[in-house]
Amino acid sequence: MARVVVDPITRIEGHLRIEVQEENGRIADAWASSTQFRGIETILEGRDPRDAWAFTQRICGVCTVVHALASCRAVEDALDIEVPAAGGLIRNLVHGMQTVQDHVIHFYHLHALDWVDVVSALSADPAATSNLARSISPWPNNSATYFAEIQTRVRRFVESGQLGIFTNGYWGHPAYKLPPEANLMAVAHYLEALDWQRDVIRVHTIFGGKNPHPNFLVGGMASAINLDDTGTINAESFTKIQGMIQRARRFVDEVYWPDLLAIASFYPEWASIGGGVSNYMSVGEFPNNGQWRDTDSMYFPRGVIFDRNLSEVLPYDHEQVREYITSSWYEYEGGDDVALHPWEGETTPRYTGPQPPWTYLQDFDKYTWMKAPRYQDRPMEVGPLARALVAYASGHEDVQEVVNDALGRLGVGPEALFSTLGRTAARGVETVLLARKLEDWFNALLTRVRAGETTTFNGDRWEPSTWPASARGYGFLEAARGSLGHWVQIENGAIRHYQCVVPSTWNCSPRDAQGVNGPYEAALMDNHPLVDPARPIELLRTIHSFDPCMACGVHVLDSEGREVVQVRVQ
Amino acid sequence: MFFPTSHAWTHDETLGEHMERRGVSRRDFLKFCGQISVMLGLSEALVPRVAAALQNLRRPSVVWLQLQECTGCVESVLRSSDPTIGDLVLDLVSLDYQHTLMAAAGDAAEAALQASMEENYGEYILLVTGSVPLEENGIYLTIGGRTGREILEEAAAGAAAVIAIGACAHFGSVQAARPNPTGAVGVAEIVRDKPVVTIAGCPPIADVVTATIVHYLTFNRLPAMDGEGRPLFAYGARIHDQCPRRAHFDAGQYVQRFDDEAARLGWCLYEVGCKGPATFSPCPILQWNDHTDWPIGAGHPCLGCTERFFWDTMTPFYERLPNVAGFGVERNADLIGAALAVGTAAGVGAHAVATGIHRARERKKGIPLPVVPDPGTGPAPVSPGSGKEGSDG
Repeated sequence: MARVVVDPITRIEGHLRIEVQEENGRIADAWASSTQFRGIETILEGRDPRDAWAFTQRICGVCTVVHALASCRAVEDALDIEVPAAGGLIRNLVHGMQTVQDHVIHFYHLHALDWVDVVSALSADPAATSNLARSISPWPNNSATYFAEIQTRVRRFVESGQLGIFTNGYWGHPAYKLPPEANLMAVAHYLEALDWQRDVIRVHTIFGGKNPHPNFLVGGMASAINLDDTGTINAESFTKIQGMIQRARRFVDEVYWPDLLAIASFYPEWASIGGGVSNYMSVGEFPNNGQWRDTDSMYFPRGVIFDRNLSEVLPYDHEQVREYITSSWYEYEGGDDVALHPWEGETTPRYTGPQPPWTYLQDFDKYTWMKAPRYQDRPMEVGPLARALVAYASGHEDVQEVVNDALGRLGVGPEALFSTLGRTAARGVETVLLARKLEDWFNALLTRVRAGETTTFNGDRWEPSTWPASARGYGFLEAARGSLGHWVQIENGAIRHYQCVVPSTWNCSPRDAQGVNGPYEAALMDNHPLVDPARPIELLRTIHSFDPCMACGVHVLDSEGREVVQVRVQ
Repeated sequence: MFFPTSHAWTHDETLGEHMERRGVSRRDFLKFCGQISVMLGLSEALVPRVAAALQNLRRPSVVWLQLQECTGCVESVLRSSDPTIGDLVLDLVSLDYQHTLMAAAGDAAEAALQASMEENYGEYILLVTGSVPLEENGIYLTIGGRTGREILEEAAAGAAAVIAIGACAHFGSVQAARPNPTGAVGVAEIVRDKPVVTIAGCPPIADVVTATIVHYLTFNRLPAMDGEGRPLFAYGARIHDQCPRRAHFDAGQYVQRFDDEAARLGWCLYEVGCKGPATFSPCPILQWNDHTDWPIGAGHPCLGCTERFFWDTMTPFYERLPNVAGFGVERNADLIGAALAVGTAAGVGAHAVATGIHRARERKKGIPLPVVPDPGTGPAPVSPGSGKEGSDG
């Protein structure tokens, strides 16, 4: 038996440490630890709730729109503000493009090197690579000359001895199964995706002024529409956006999705590895009519699945959410074994781990800055797989079509979805669908603009004088990485209490009071190989399949009134 | 961006040879040098010097530490806007350590860091995003079981130049906002024995990062900076003074409410809280994401994110700045700048007094207030004439 530590986990957002116990080439036990805390537990207290989106947005610069939008929704829920349809559709476009772009970047730049051996690409035959590329896609960059040029660049680079970001990769590891030609094709698309991602995301710049961290606004969006002015969203803006949406969809359909299926076909065994917890949850996302509180209008439905039972989707109720800190570096007034709903949530850091530098955290009962959220006391996986399963089991036609097509091409049944590979494939499924939906929302927005419905902002409750003395609201959202909730309480025009429960908190959660593992840990213990503890590539595959976002996951922005009272007393 | 394979520049060739092999004409190369020079605010006469320096350059090693942060600055650099400039500039370096993109993980990643620092001791460029939490012996950020502070101090010791990217590396950003419970501080608070150049913003525009690197490679020194270590070529002017909507400000044409008729005519956002009159930033000129637009251009007020402690000094974000008159604007805006700088020094403390929370915590736990550098110990060289920063500290 060997104790294996991987810290830092790279190619993720933030700071994640994984410890496992290896036995006979398999993982017997696992600990997921978040090693960063920004814990500004009183930061939002007393501030203007209309500013909260900007603070919470800085939870994460990768998921750069999701906290801002969830925060706006929470405040709008509290103050009973309806967002005008055009404002809602603009939010769909901004959030939808974020998800599409984020998923493609994840596949090529964060996840691909777990499956693609860059060095192997040197021995590829460019003509055969061209044939491979042509056989799976009409994408124009597919000539033997093109791939030969890419290969020459890689060769020069490897021969230079300065490997930069590719230094110390696990090149040549027996777990790499792609033929050299598939590796070369993937390397070429890794580079193309870099250019693509900075083009299509400019939808954010047009509506929000910049990316990362575009601007949002409680009550709608700040970007006024006037087709006849130079300083507003005008006809030129719409033309640009249309081009970006078209280029987004084309790259997804002709590069990302074919590559994903091609690479997956060489790793069939990963469809039975890394399943983990068997419960899945989605809060629903993308209101088709722009009204986010109309949960029936969501393109991706909300619901809960227990025990992988695809014949039953249970309704989601946020009152069933609780968080444990039994294994986390926090304390609750009620003790370590209670679980609290976000309305009553407490975030009081209390570090009890070893003093750095340290060697192992698995020897300690508490080992992470992540809390442990549970739904009806069960750990839940959230993210693209959970969304796809809830939609699939709910009879969602678009999802069933793309999922069944993918399963058919890979020659596997729906049970293959409960795996590391299933997680990665589900991300592709929803990217394909969202790239299509962007066109729908864009057309719906144009239709409204043509009809003169250009209002993007509802200012009826903008002034604090119009607010009730006290109010509370729940803003939910399906982010790229899964279900997100913001809970805000407002008193006398200022924030009294704020809590976020975030996708990576669900997925990276540690053991709860009953000792039940969270999704990362459970996945690493589910039929999971680890052939060479010194080169833990299998572990990276499963962890990366979740697309960890650690800055999001750690409860960073909470306001805890009770603690302030204590301090005042002392 | 740093992707070597896009146009691999090998160790054994100079940039000039590399360009020639890539088929870049002398004319295009000089044009590129001219663009960089313009961005850096250099006179045309210096273009040949820039060209000569870049021509003979060999690929330097860069180490990028990511500390207490949100990764938004990394994402910003990934979007570096002009592919021509971005690719050329970012191709200039060998990026030996970068968490978000590097293939290796765990011990293999840390070994790559150690190897690069040893082989290039005294010569590598250190980029830092994120802040350093000092409270509780630094346990709010560990990588490989070591604290952020220890990692930064080790990396800075062998660095030829230190570039702090973004608001977190500048002053701690959102986690350093009142009451800053993890004791987050910027890079210049830790690295005190060598100059630190700060690329301010939450996040900053990537082109400023790349231009700063080129400046260093060309002249073998960091660009002239203001009192906070921000390069003057990018942060030497107020947004208000460069704003395309400035004429509306002077004419008294203001947006009074979002999406009103004035908003639909692109008028000035001052009344809805714009912090442009108190913010030094290149946003209006460089713009964002391939010159697509910028925050004020898209109808939202500036948040002032290039300014120290903006989470406390610039909030509430939708409240209008006091006393920026329609006429005699220059004088009034200057006064505001100076007032804000004083507020910067006392800012966190002032808020704490108001609430009575922070100082109680401080007494109880001994939490230090964020340290604002003394003028004498700040990054050098300090250029005079940068106005508000002069009264810093």
